[in-house]
Amino acid sequence: MEQMSFKQLNETIYKEVLPNGLTVFILPKPGYHKTFATFTTNYGSIDNHFVPIGGEEPVSVPDGIAHFLEHKMFEDEQGDVFHTFGEQGASANAFTSFTKTAYLFSSTQSIDENLETLLDFVQHPYFTVDSVEKEKGIIEQEIRMYEDNADWQLFFRLLRNMYHNHPVKIDIAGTVDSIQEITKEDLYTCYETFYHPSNMVLFIAGEANPEHMMGLIKENQSSKTFKEPEEITRKFENEPEHVANERSVTPMSVNTPKCMVGYKIPPSDKQGNDLLRYELSMDLLLEMLFGTGSDAHESLYADGLIDDSFSTDFSVDRSFSFAVIGGDTSNPDELEKRINQIMENAKVSGVSREQLERVRKKRIGNFLKQLNSPEFIANQYTGYVFSNIHLFEMLPVLETITYEEINELLRSQFKKNRQAVSQIVKKAN
Amino acid sequence: MLDENVMNNKGLHIHLLSTPKYKTTTIALQIRSNLSRETATERALLTQVLKSATKSLPSRKEIRRYLDELYGASFSADVQKKGEQHIISLKMELANEKYLRDTTPLFEKGLHFLREVVEEPSFESDHTFSEKVIHEEKRTLKQRLHSIYDDKIRYANQRLLEIMCEDEPFSVHPFGILERVDQITNEDLINEYKRMLNEDDFRLYIVGDVSEEEVQKASNTFTIQSRESSNFSTRPSPIKREETQEVKETDDIQQGKLHLGYRTSITFDDDNFTAMQVLNGLFGGFPHSKLFLNVREKESLAYYAASRYESHKGLVLVFAGIEASNYEKAMKIIDEQLVDIQEGQFSEEAIKQTKSMLKNQLLETADSARGVIELYYQGIIGNKKRNLDDWLQEIEKVTREDVISCARELHLDTRYFLHGKESN
Repeated sequence: MEQMSFKQLNETIYKEVLPNGLTVFILPKPGYHKTFATFTTNYGSIDNHFVPIGGEEPVSVPDGIAHFLEHKMFEDEQGDVFHTFGEQGASANAFTSFTKTAYLFSSTQSIDENLETLLDFVQHPYFTVDSVEKEKGIIEQEIRMYEDNADWQLFFRLLRNMYHNHPVKIDIAGTVDSIQEITKEDLYTCYETFYHPSNMVLFIAGEANPEHMMGLIKENQSSKTFKEPEEITRKFENEPEHVANERSVTPMSVNTPKCMVGYKIPPSDKQGNDLLRYELSMDLLLEMLFGTGSDAHESLYADGLIDDSFSTDFSVDRSFSFAVIGGDTSNPDELEKRINQIMENAKVSGVSREQLERVRKKRIGNFLKQLNSPEFIANQYTGYVFSNIHLFEMLPVLETITYEEINELLRSQFKKNRQAVSQIVKKAN
Repeated sequence: MLDENVMNNKGLHIHLLSTPKYKTTTIALQIRSNLSRETATERALLTQVLKSATKSLPSRKEIRRYLDELYGASFSADVQKKGEQHIISLKMELANEKYLRDTTPLFEKGLHFLREVVEEPSFESDHTFSEKVIHEEKRTLKQRLHSIYDDKIRYANQRLLEIMCEDEPFSVHPFGILERVDQITNEDLINEYKRMLNEDDFRLYIVGDVSEEEVQKASNTFTIQSRESSNFSTRPSPIKREETQEVKETDDIQQGKLHLGYRTSITFDDDNFTAMQVLNGLFGGFPHSKLFLNVREKESLAYYAASRYESHKGLVLVFAGIEASNYEKAMKIIDEQLVDIQEGQFSEEAIKQTKSMLKNQLLETADSARGVIELYYQGIIGNKKRNLDDWLQEIEKVTREDVISCARELHLDTRYFLHGKESN
C-alpha cells in the first residue's frame, strides 16, 4: 500500500493496484461521521462503438445503454440492492456521465458490510428479459422528465449543434425509442467489456482505517475470478473541427428565455499535470472574462441581460472538449451578440496579470472549500485518475500558470467556426 | 455532533461551533420574521438590494472583486420559508489562512464585510437606497419569480401550496408576489429595512477552526439583536378540509406532474415529531419506501415518486412524474400505500431500515458546516431544542403503534395535477 502525504493540505491518501487490476484509494477524513465510497468504471454514454472483450469486430450498441446498465445493476436474484443498503443504514446511488459510470454509498454505520455490498453488486450482473422490459417504463419517465427540463434541453441542443458525429451529442439516457432496442445480451456485452477491474477505480473517503479496509477489499477481490484484462478498443468517427449547425432556437413552455454559447475545442491528448494545467488555465480564462468580478458581468447585469444563473464551464474529457457560456436572459439575441463582442475584444486586448492574480486567489479558495466535501474529493479524484492527474497536486500547478499562456489559449482556441449557439425561447400560446 | 457555544454579544446571540475539521470557516447570519403576503416581497427585494452594495463597496463588481481577493470568499444572500416564518440568510465561506501562503486575517475581514452588508448599506445623500440598484434588483427578482414557472416540478409544487393553503401565509413564495415588485418604493424598502433592524431576530452562526476570542474580537462592532421566540409564529394553527379537493391544470409539457398535499397536526416541537419522520420515511422518503417500491419498481409508472415532511408547517407532500393517462392508477396505488400503513401492513424490518436511514441522514447532515448550522437553527425556528444525540435516540424509540397513529392522523387535503394539453 502506497502512502502519499500532502503537507500543505493536511491530507494523506493510500493507494494500491490489486492483482486483478483494480485501483483502490483510501482517504481518512478524521472527524467526519460518514464514509463515502465510489466504485467507478471508465465507461459512459459516449462508449457506444467498441470491440467487445474477447471479440475481434467492433459492435454498435443502442443509445442510452450505459445508463440503462447502471439502472439494472441494482437488481439481483434476491431483488433490489437498495434494500440491502437500507438494512445496513446506507444511502446508495449511481450516476452515468459521458465517460464514467459511478456507484456509490454513504453511511455512518456498518461500513465493512456496505463496502462488501458495493463491490459485490457491481461485480455481479444479473439481467432477465422481464426485468429489462420493466425498466424501460421507468427510464422512459426519466427521459420525459428531462424533456420538460429547459436547462437540460438548452445544453443538449447546444451539443447537437456543435458535433457532427461524436456521441457526446446524444442524450446520456438515450431516447424513448432507442432504449426499446436494448436487450439483455447487449447489457452483458457492455458489462463484460467495461466492468473489468482493470477499467475501474474504488475510492473511499471517511472515518476509515486504511490497513483494515485494504485487507477487506483484497480478500473480497481475491475470491472472485475475472478474465484476463485486455486493452479496450473504442471507435469514434472522424469529427470535423467546425460545428455542425451554428444555432438553434427552441420554443418551450418557459417565461424566461435562455441562451448558451458553446465553443467546440479540439480534443486534447495531454495527460497528467499538463492536462491539469490546461484545464485550470481554461477555467481561469473564463472566470476572468465572464466571472462575477469581471467588467463584462457588471455591464451585462446592469443591462438586464443576465442574472445569477449566468455561468461558464469548460470540459475536457477523453475524445472531446468544449467551453460553454450562458444562462437565463431577457434577450437571447442580444446576449449572444454581447458574448461575441466580449470574446473578440478580449482576443485583441488580452487578459492582464492583475486579473489573473485575482481569479487565481479565488480558485485557490474554492479548492479549499471543495476539499471539505468527501463526495467532491471521491468524484473528482477518481475522474482525474483516469487521466493520470493527481487532485492534491492542484495548488502547485495553479500557482505557476502565467497570463501569457492564458492569452495564447484565448487566441488559439476560441475560433468563430467552432462556435455554436442554443436558445430556448417562450413558446407562443 | 459539534458542541454549540452560544455567546451573547451585547444582545446578539453568536453560535460558535469550533472545529479543525474544515479547511474553511463558514458564517451564517439568519434573520427571521413572520411570513406574510404583505412583507415577503419587500424582504426579498431588500435582501437583493443589501447584497448588491455596501457603504465602502457600493457596487456588485466592487463587492465581488473584494471577495475574490479574500481567496474567493463566497457570499450569498437568500430568502427561504420555514413553516410560516420568513428567513433571510446571509452566508459566507472563507478559506482558513492556515492552508495558504498568506496571513491576511480572512475570518475577521469576512465578518466585518457581513456586518457592513446589514448595518451599513450604501445610502444616497438623502438616506435612501440607490435607484439604480433598486431598478436592477427589481428586474432580477421579477425574473426569479417568473422562472419558477420554467422548472415544472417546482412550479407544480408551488401551485399545490397556493391552492391548498390559499388563506394561509404558507402559500406565499419566499420570493414574494410578482405583481407587488413594481409597486415597492424606495421609501417602502427603507421602512422595511428599519423594521427589520428593530423587530427581526438575528442569529450569527460560525463554524470552523476559530476560537471564542477571535470571534469576540471580530464581532464586537455588531449592533443587531436577537429576539424572543414568542414574537414569531412557530406553530401554525392546523386546518382541516372536510373533503379532498382536486385541481387539474394544463401546460405544454411531456410528463404529468402529480403533487399531493396531506395535513398533519404534528410539527417539529411535537413529541410525535420523530414518529412522523419515520412514517414519512416509510411512505416515500427513501428508495426502500412504499412509494418508490410500488409506483416505480413494481408498476414502472414513474422515475421519481417520493414524499417530503414539512415539519415546521405540518404537511406531507407527495410528488411523482407520470404519464397523464396513468393518473387514476397512480392515485389508487398512492392511496393504498397510506391505507396499508394505517392498517399496520408493514414489516418490523421496514421500520428498522427507515430508522437507520433517518439516523444516517442526520449524521451526514451534521458532517457539513452548512448542515450543522441547519440542524441547530431548526431548534430556534421550531422552538424546540433537540441536540443530535437526543434526536437519534428519539428516532430509535419510535414504535410501530406510533407510526400507525401518525398515519391515521394524516389527511389528504389537495390533489394537484399538471399535465400536457393533448391528453385527458
